[in-house]
Amino acid sequence: MTTSVVKTGSSPAYDYKIVRQFTIMSVVWGIVGMGVGVLIAAQLAWPALNDLFQPFTHFGRLRPLHTNAVIFAFGGSVLFATSYYVVQRTCQTPLWGGWLVPFTFWGWQVVIVAAAITLPMGLTSSKEYAELEWPIDILIALIWVAYALVFFGTIAKRRTSHIYVANWFFGAYIITIAALHIVNNLAIPVYPFKSYSIFAGTADAMIQWWYGHNAVGFFLTAAFLGIMYYFVPKQAGRPVYSYQLSIVHFWALISIYVWAGGHHLHYSALPDWTQSLAMIMSVILLAPSWGGMINGIMTLSGAWHKLRTDPTLRFLVVSLSFYGMSTFEGPMMSIKTVNALSHNTDWTVGHVHSGALGWVAMISIGALYHLVPVLFGRKEMFSVKLINAHFWLATVGTVLYIAAMWVNGITQGLMWRAFNADGTLTYSFVESVIASHPGYVVRFIGGGFFLFGMLLMAYNVFRTVTEKENAGREDNIVPHAQTA
Amino acid sequence: MDILRQIAVVLGAVAFLAVCWWAFSPKRRKRFEEDAKLPFADEELSQRSAEAADEKDTEENSAAGDRRGSGTPTADKNKGQDEK
Repeated sequence: MTTSVVKTGSSPAYDYKIVRQFTIMSVVWGIVGMGVGVLIAAQLAWPALNDLFQPFTHFGRLRPLHTNAVIFAFGGSVLFATSYYVVQRTCQTPLWGGWLVPFTFWGWQVVIVAAAITLPMGLTSSKEYAELEWPIDILIALIWVAYALVFFGTIAKRRTSHIYVANWFFGAYIITIAALHIVNNLAIPVYPFKSYSIFAGTADAMIQWWYGHNAVGFFLTAAFLGIMYYFVPKQAGRPVYSYQLSIVHFWALISIYVWAGGHHLHYSALPDWTQSLAMIMSVILLAPSWGGMINGIMTLSGAWHKLRTDPTLRFLVVSLSFYGMSTFEGPMMSIKTVNALSHNTDWTVGHVHSGALGWVAMISIGALYHLVPVLFGRKEMFSVKLINAHFWLATVGTVLYIAAMWVNGITQGLMWRAFNADGTLTYSFVESVIASHPGYVVRFIGGGFFLFGMLLMAYNVFRTVTEKENAGREDNIVPHAQTA
Repeated sequence: MDILRQIAVVLGAVAFLAVCWWAFSPKRRKRFEEDAKLPFADEELSQRSAEAADEKDTEENSAAGDRRGSGTPTADKNKGQDEK
């Protein structure tokens, strides 16, 4: 019906509506999740803030809300948006699935709202990153099956002979998360919103961290590597550095990641050989992680000058630097002797956020800044200067956050294991908490920087989407043929 | 049990080497260079899709979406490199 269809008269248009929906919600949920994060960071620095509206605003109830919101609401929306976008464009066919496609969007929003209600009420299965109770878990499983059908259905009807590497990473993520989610949440329901895990004791802990670490490995790594393999080449305007390396990267990464979960249970009741296996596999994991990072960064070789003028590309490349840094730090922390110092300290929290803010959030933000103009037919974002400001806020915020947590973590680790000559502990626990206070304030400031950057992004996205004309530059209505 | 472990180690190593050989063998090099350009092959279609998503009338949208043409989706495949 549109003139353009008549004009070219061939391939059907992609389904960009669903991509738009998830893209917009990524920004919204990013602000909500990070906002809760800044609030709970403030609670740790100033405990009186726990009492805002007890018991719902207690740290113990808001912390899972923060993690679920940033991982599954923000990260999940980004992944739905980018995977639906990439699979269509590299298969050159619209999404398969009919009503299943909007079902994944509205279903996912219901899950997020249900999480935002039940977690502050204290309804939790107590499994980290899998706190949601069984009715919500069942809905997630249904949505995930629909997601898999849409994704693989689209691949099945592709009009290209090859399946682009980004789709391999997205596909591995969808399949693995389905298996992880279903197995880890197997439980006996006793009444609505109360259930008991079917696993017990150490086996339960091992299943939980098999889930937990592979949520990191497949949700927060493999899937975002799928983003990397599409958006870095697109934004840099050149194909990936080595396509062959990307194939080895894929198979090596997905076959090694699944063995590393036991390192979350060092010095626990988990059998010693299992801990050692997890440690060794974690150290080996450095190789495919860095192989992928190098592949992404080297894509810019010959185009480094673009980093000076393109803050979106800078987001993507700096995220890879943080990825390299945290995938070095992770294997190091999984070595049992290092873990003896770092375990249960703020170092772990810092490590997570170097990955979560530096890698996951920054590559997501870069991809979203690439995506919004394409989806809404604009030449570029409303303000490139605001993207640049966002970039520096995000970078400085992340560095403040992780530096504060390094200092705190090593301080805590050293204080906890300091002994007097007579064998008594040198410091009481509360002395290590007092020593951590300055770090908690710095972390709050760093998180605040990051959140402020997200608010700039929301404004920038809003203006880009709503403004049909940019009188000042007269470029916002120009089709994006030159930039996309 | 030990023999199973040894077999697993050998099979794992063989699988890894096989993937490396398959990916890096010279006769597939040309093919992968082409595959790497896949993200740059559909600019026109993407642009049209963004316009289509702007149309208020969803009924007409899906009508356009259902149209199965016999076009040549790979016709503009090689314009990727100098896109930007």
